[in-house]
Amino acid sequence: MPARRTPRQTSPSGASSEQALLRELVAHLREKREALRRQWVQQMTAKGLLAGLTPEETETESVNIYETCVGCLDTGEYSGAERYAASMAERGVLRGMTTEQIIGGLLTLRDVYGRSLFERYQRDMARLSAALDIYEPVANKILSIVALAFIEEREKVVRQQQEAIRELSTPVLQVRDGMLILPIIGVIDTQRARQLTEQLLHGIRNNRAKVVVMDITGVPNVDSKVANHLVQTVDAARLLGATVIVTGVSAAIAQTLVTLGLDLTKMNTVGDLQAGIELADALLDRKVSVER
Amino acid sequence: MTVPILKQGGILIASVQSEPSDTELIQLRDNLLERVGTLRTSGVIIDVTALDVIDSFAARVLSNIAQMVRLRGANTVIAGIQADVAFSMIQLGLAFQGVTTVLDLEEALSVLAEAGESSDGSN
Amino acid sequence: MEAIDAKVRIASEADIVSARQASRELALEVGFGATDMALIATAISELARNIWQYAGSGCIEMRIVEDAGRRGISIVARDEGPGIADTAQAMRDGYSTGGGLGLGLPGTKRMMDDFELTSAPGKGTTVAVVKWLRGGGR
Repeated sequence: MPARRTPRQTSPSGASSEQALLRELVAHLREKREALRRQWVQQMTAKGLLAGLTPEETETESVNIYETCVGCLDTGEYSGAERYAASMAERGVLRGMTTEQIIGGLLTLRDVYGRSLFERYQRDMARLSAALDIYEPVANKILSIVALAFIEEREKVVRQQQEAIRELSTPVLQVRDGMLILPIIGVIDTQRARQLTEQLLHGIRNNRAKVVVMDITGVPNVDSKVANHLVQTVDAARLLGATVIVTGVSAAIAQTLVTLGLDLTKMNTVGDLQAGIELADALLDRKVSVER
Repeated sequence: MTVPILKQGGILIASVQSEPSDTELIQLRDNLLERVGTLRTSGVIIDVTALDVIDSFAARVLSNIAQMVRLRGANTVIAGIQADVAFSMIQLGLAFQGVTTVLDLEEALSVLAEAGESSDGSN
Repeated sequence: MEAIDAKVRIASEADIVSARQASRELALEVGFGATDMALIATAISELARNIWQYAGSGCIEMRIVEDAGRRGISIVARDEGPGIADTAQAMRDGYSTGGGLGLGLPGTKRMMDDFELTSAPGKGTTVAVVKWLRGGGR
């Protein structure tokens, strides 16, 4: 990740005096570390942001965060902050910390730093203004980095959970040697159709299935998109040498399929699951007897 | 590197190796057709277990082989398409019309045996 | 734009195979599973084949990309060939047909997550696709 630097605004008196002020700020924040850090922790406790953290964890994290922030101010580089934010987000989200806790905690630190600067430079408005010009962009940048890391982590977890749910919701059942049943329940979108097909194919290979009974009784809508997904699934199964029997085709769905002009000859469609299994049995028995 | 072709009774078995070039596939087609023509062949099995990719060209060549072999009075069976490869094929829109496909070599042999029995006397 | 992780010149039939192999290595690095690797390799094969067949030469650039916490592979297939007169037509296909399907572009689009086709007669063709790692990564 390339280093990112915040553009520094030059003060009226030139870059070198700005550099000097920056050194001063960094030194000030480091010198006051313990006092400011404790103030920060106190305020967070008062706002209830530290629920779920042990005193040791609070101590360690607050020291690390404080130092990371001052480090960014000092070097103008944020890669360390990005890495720390990502690891903190991962741990935080895992522990069920809320957005309020994480962002709230940082906002509090930003305010504590800010107040400290006010206190130091209150008698020199020009100097205070210059100090804030240096400090504020850094504080805001750090805040965005942390907010983003937290959001990304959350989205990652949500995607993982969705994936897991999808996998669980489409079981491929082996009923007897060579026969698989695939009961499909619910709406079939492109994502789910792909997952379904993948699972079926691996099921056919692992179980050496020759017949698949695909039941669509539980599928509410069969429009052209869904119909095409089903045809694709049937085609894929055939590539692995399995015959597919589609059951649960209501009169209405049959009508839709015919209207869509789909080639139904490659699909065995049967009224209900029971009949489908019986047909599958017959097909399998015939195949098995031929092999003997 | 040519695709090895074995003979088992009246059946030719070709095992395609991983990542065949276009030329190798064409060569396979020509070799098979030649041998189907000169020997008493009732069936051809093309084992594609080793293929990680079957793209439009490979699918076309394999289909052509099946069609041409049929014109010479024999059946073709393609065996061993991997699950992931099958998935890619249907995403791409390749569905091997009119070509028998089976799970593996064992299945292929039994399918050809069945076809041979049912067409007894008419060869 | 991230640095190019793999660049394969397509000028001969053998390059199609090279392109597939390069894609496999990169896909493995990103963390794709076997199914996605097959999809990516098949898409690359089609793209490389188009370049070789219709333009004679071109190149395929592959990059590992990252966006909002997810990783993926970006593939850009470029050629200075005759270009496609009617891109809308090229993107249409019939379902359930066997054998080769023209340029295989609709199929490639189905196999990938992001897809962009830029082409005009005499101006060459560029196909840019991205496949993202599903879930939070495996």
